[in-house]
Order: sequence, then structure tokens, then C-alpha cells
Amino acid sequence: MTTIESSPDAVATATSDRDADASSMLDAVAAVFTSTDHKVTGRLYLAGGLLGLVATVVINVLMSVERIDGVDTVLGLQILPQLVDAQRVGLIFATLLPLAMAGCVAVVPMQLGARSIAFPRLASSGFWMWFGGAILTAVALVDNGGTLGGDADAVGLFIAGIGLMAVGLTASAVSVATTVFTTRAPGMTMRRVPPFSWSALVFALGLVLVMPVLLGTLAYVFLDHRNGRTGFGGNEGIFTWVGWIITQPVSFLFAIPAVGVLAETVPVVFGKRAAVRGVLFAGFGLIGVAALGGVTQQNVQNLPWAGSDVNVADLGTKIGDLVPFLLFNALPILGILLVMLAVLQTARPDGGFRFNFSPAVLFAFFGFGMILVGMLGNLLHAADDLALQGTVFEEATAVYVVYGAVLAAMGAVIHWAPKLWGATFDTAKVTPLALLGLTGTILAAFALYIAGFLDQPAGIAYADDDLAIWNLISLVGHGLMAITVIGFLGLLALSMRGDRTVGDDPWDAQTIEWTTTSPAPRDNFVDVPVVHSAEPLLDLKPASASDDRSDA
Amino acid sequence: MQALPSAPAPAPQRQMLVGTTLAVVAIVMLTGSMLAVWALQRREAIDLSGTWLPDGVTIPEVPTNVMLIAFAGICVFGQWAVWSAKHGDRPHTVLALGCTALVALLVINAQAFVYYRMEVAIADGTYAVMFYALTGMFMLLMIIGVVFTTVAAFRYIGGRSGDQEILVSHAIYWYAMSVVFSAIWFLVYVTK
Repeated sequence: MTTIESSPDAVATATSDRDADASSMLDAVAAVFTSTDHKVTGRLYLAGGLLGLVATVVINVLMSVERIDGVDTVLGLQILPQLVDAQRVGLIFATLLPLAMAGCVAVVPMQLGARSIAFPRLASSGFWMWFGGAILTAVALVDNGGTLGGDADAVGLFIAGIGLMAVGLTASAVSVATTVFTTRAPGMTMRRVPPFSWSALVFALGLVLVMPVLLGTLAYVFLDHRNGRTGFGGNEGIFTWVGWIITQPVSFLFAIPAVGVLAETVPVVFGKRAAVRGVLFAGFGLIGVAALGGVTQQNVQNLPWAGSDVNVADLGTKIGDLVPFLLFNALPILGILLVMLAVLQTARPDGGFRFNFSPAVLFAFFGFGMILVGMLGNLLHAADDLALQGTVFEEATAVYVVYGAVLAAMGAVIHWAPKLWGATFDTAKVTPLALLGLTGTILAAFALYIAGFLDQPAGIAYADDDLAIWNLISLVGHGLMAITVIGFLGLLALSMRGDRTVGDDPWDAQTIEWTTTSPAPRDNFVDVPVVHSAEPLLDLKPASASDDRSDA
Repeated sequence: MQALPSAPAPAPQRQMLVGTTLAVVAIVMLTGSMLAVWALQRREAIDLSGTWLPDGVTIPEVPTNVMLIAFAGICVFGQWAVWSAKHGDRPHTVLALGCTALVALLVINAQAFVYYRMEVAIADGTYAVMFYALTGMFMLLMIIGVVFTTVAAFRYIGGRSGDQEILVSHAIYWYAMSVVFSAIWFLVYVTK
């Protein structure tokens, strides 16, 4: 074995010894902070992402309150420019990315039958870099920084904070992708990799491609901002040059693991093998094409069509415009539609019907739908003739994608909670939250879709009083989402403090993380299982049960 | 339910190699994007004012060309380390790694000399800002490379001579750095 990391056994021994001596709270905290266990790192990402989610939802509520009156300020806040920045950075960097990374780091090694994530210290340091960058960014925004900030040092700190988050996420992404490529259980070919792990691979590779582009641009923008501001447009130039990372289509790339949660949970719920796995994997790959929008620093790919569909003048130019438009905007949609096709094929009743309900699949299904609506909205947003650019429509697409991914992340937490802390959620209590979150997302984002069509400009101020109703509805939506998040956090706390006697395979699942104990031990498996199919546990179910599951 | 058959814990396959390859992809994306923005700004400046290189600034071509040649040497030394290790030739492996580190330090020194000779202040405008951002990032990657070489050498000297994967990964890193500098050399120092 070639690695600069300590062997898992050595690390485990050292950790066990340390745990034995740890008699104080400080030692326990230090053990968590210095742990190289991927499940601990994943939980830290989850905690950071949930913290970011709470902050972002609060910011969304504040912005919506401000928008009730388009002319006068309601809250009397002097930091409205920072609020706008905080919303966008919060949605992507403080919520979507850490929640997606949490699932990848915590779950993927277990799904693959690995005892450890590849380069565990790299993954852990990636989290701390992300966390440090998030803190720096928040401090900068509070201190009059951000893209429209008035304090030059704080603006510089804002740029540096985002750069640090990009480095950290890239480090963790390298760790996740290397894990999928190198530490699979015996017999687990790439084709037998579980759908969620496959989505994590596409996500991680996408980050490796996209984040360095952001980092290089930030280096230019940072130095330019500190030295004359001649080449990159000063403060406003920051968004011009790096705004693509917090908008669409790049956010689709960050939402891929959320799509993977649905593909993972549907076969479990229906007790069947995932159908057309090749199509499913190709779907994830096509969504990953959104990375192209990142590496080309493409914020919006416009589609000028000059009037009507019967206007075919200058057809060559129009086709030339159409090709990159479809590349950036239509291929990710084709990808998510392929995933949907594969999921529906799995759920198709063939001779009978069995539905082993899990709240996780409900969250994942709703989240998937919201992401799809966000993608479709982005398709409209790019068309010049609809004149949606520069309106709140773009913000609505981001809210759809991020809130959708948040719902799917909640589903992932519910699904894998037994392996992460050995407990489940109360199904009766958590299920209504899915409906509440769905309602909140639709109200928060769809109202802004309509406001966008009515030409409400991006930002907070607007002149037309008729738009107030849509902003009020959006406020209600964000409020419902806030209640959803608070409720979920409460149930999460109850789950973590509750009875930890859940079985090893509470969902009657199919992949090998369910062969180990709940919660999973530090090295994940006492004995690493040999895999003979893509659904190894399904092979072991009693034949009658298996028949029931497939034929019922 | 029966239990799945167990197997010995599988050793990660080529973990260092895959990890290094992914890191190299990230490095190529990083410098590629910076060079793309450089080319864009250069074209806009030339369209606007007819010039990109500030007046009075001269690029010292000798040290930049020497750096390019040095990278050829680094590649040879890196591959020499791999070849020697595969043939169990411990002295030559250590010598090759030492030469790699030495020449890499030479490149860093040459870049510092270029800074000294060009006499461009970072606040002198867009060219200066971008020049220092790009070459500064390159210097950072060079320092990371020297650390990589040092770690590989100490592991080998420390007795893990059967561990050739890190030497292969080390060579891949320097191949990638050669490509990166070749692009910088052409775009920044030749086309100016």
C-alpha cells in the first residue's frame, strides 16, 4: 500500500488509547476535532451545513421582509448590500456544498466497503479550511465587506474567505473521488458502485474541475483589489468575474448528490434492483456537464432569438447560439430526466406492487422535483426574448435548486442516521416536515418566478406596488422553510439523544453498508464483504421474500 | 438472512497515484484558467491601447529559457528515480531525487531573479497584478513540489524502498509542472 497516511489500524489504536484516557469534555472535543474517521468528518460537514442553512434561511426571511415594501426599508437595515451577498454565498457555499460533501464523506466509504476514506487527513483538513473560510466570509460581510462592501480590507477578507472554502472543498473532493476509484470492496466493479456513490464521484470530479478555476480567478481579483483595481472592475468586478460560482448552471453540479439520494432510496422502498443502471449513471454524468458552465466561467448563456420562432433570418448565427445554450442548459436537464426515467422504471409495478414507506424517499422525491423545476426555470431564464435576466427570476431558480437539495439532504440524514449515530427518526413526526418543506420551497421560489415575469428587478428594491403580494407569498414560503429546518433540527437532536437500539438493516436495504453494525464501528467493517452483484444484500434475502419483493 | 462472505481487508489500489492525478488535474485547471484570463486581458489591452507589456519593462529571456530547460532536467531526474527504484538501485534513486530537488530550487531561484530584473511593482497596473498572481501561484506549486520530493526521498531513505508508487506519483507531478511552465513560458515570456 502506498500512502502517506497512517494505516487505519494504527490510527484506530491511537484513537482507542486516547479515548480510554479522555476523561474530560475538552479531551472529547479535541478527539472530534482531530479525528480522521470519515464519519466524524462527515458529521462535522453536516453540522456546518445545517448551521449555514439556519443562517441562510434567516437571511432569506430578512430579505423577504425587506421586500414587502419595494421602496422604503422595513427593518431599517444599513447592510442590505451585504444581505444580498450573504444570501447567495450562504445558499451555495454555506448550505448546498457542505451538505452535499457531508453525505459524500460520511457515507461513500461505507457504501464501497472501505475501512476508511482515502487520505482521511486531507478530507478532515478540507473541512477545517471550509469552516475557516466560512467564518472569514461571515466576518467580512458583517464588517462591510462583500461585492458591494465599503471597507477595502473587509472586501479582501471576503475574497480570501471564499478562496479558502474553495481550497477546502477541493481537498475533500479529491479524497472522495480517490475513495471511489481505489477502495472498493472485493468484487465491486465500477458498474456495481451504488447510485449515491456514483453521484458523489461525479460531484467530486466536478469540484476538482471547477474550484481551481474559481481559485485562479480569485487570486487575480484579490491582488487587483488590493493594488489599484484597474483590471477587474473593483468591487463590482468581483461578481462579474466570480459570480458564476453562486448561480446556475454550476449549482446543478453541486446538487448531484441530492439526485443520488433519490436513486438510492427508491429501489430500497420498492424492494427491487435498480433498473437500467447504465442510464442512471449516464444521467448523473450529464448533469455533471454543468461543470462546463464553471470552467468557462459562464454565468448566463443567452439565447437571442430576436422576436419569434418564425424569424429564421441569419439561421447560421442562431444555430451557433443554440449549440452552447443547449450544452450548458439542456444537457443537465436531459441528465436529470434520465435519472427520473431510471427511477420510474425501478418503481414500475411488474405483476404486483410493494411500497415499504420510508420518510427518506419522500424528502428525496420532493427535493428532486424542486431541483428539476429550478433547472427548467434556468432554461427559461437564459432566453433573451423572455427578458428575465436582471430580475428576481434567477434568484428563484437558485432557491429551487438549493432548497430542493436541502430536502434531499434531510432525506439522506434520515436514511443513513442508523449508520452514523445508531438511531432512526420518528417517522410520524418527520414525515409532515417533508410536506411543509415542499410547500415552503414552492411558495418561496414560485412567487419570485411570477415576480420575475412581472419584471421585478434583482435585489431588494422595486417600484411597482402590485409586486408586493408575490414578495409576501415568498416571505411565507421562507418562513415555512425556517419552520421545517427548526423542526428537523429538533428531531435530529431527539434522534441523536434517543434510543440507539436500531437494527443493522432497518430499511431492508440492498447495499453493503447495511451489513455492518448500527452505528458503524470506526473502521466500518469487522470483515469486509465480498460483492457479487450491485445489490449484494438482495442476493441474501430469503428467496420467497425476494420473490415477494420483486413480484408483489 | 445469510451473511455475505468476508474477505481480507483489501489494500487500496494505487491510492497515491490516483490522488496525485486528481491533484494534477486541479493544478492544470488552476493554471489553465489563469492563463485564459491572462490571454483575455492581454487581448483587450492591446485592442484598447496597442500594448500589454508596460513601458520600460523588459523580460529577461535568459533565466526564463533556462527555467524551461531545467524542467526537462526535472522530468529526466524524476523518471530516473522511478527507474532506479524499480531496479533496486538505492543510491541512484536517492541521487535522482536529490537532483530533482536541486533543480527545482534552481527554478525557484531563477523566478526570483526574473522578479528582480523586471523591476515591476505590483501596484503598477493590470499587467503587474496578473503577472505576480500567475507567477506567484506557480512559485507556490514549485514549493509544494519540492516538499513532495523531500517527503518521497525521506520515505525512501527511511526504508520504504519497496514503495515505488510515490515515486511514480512524484514524477507525474513534475511532468504536469513542466506542462504548466511551458504554457506560462510561451504566453507570458515569449508572446509577452
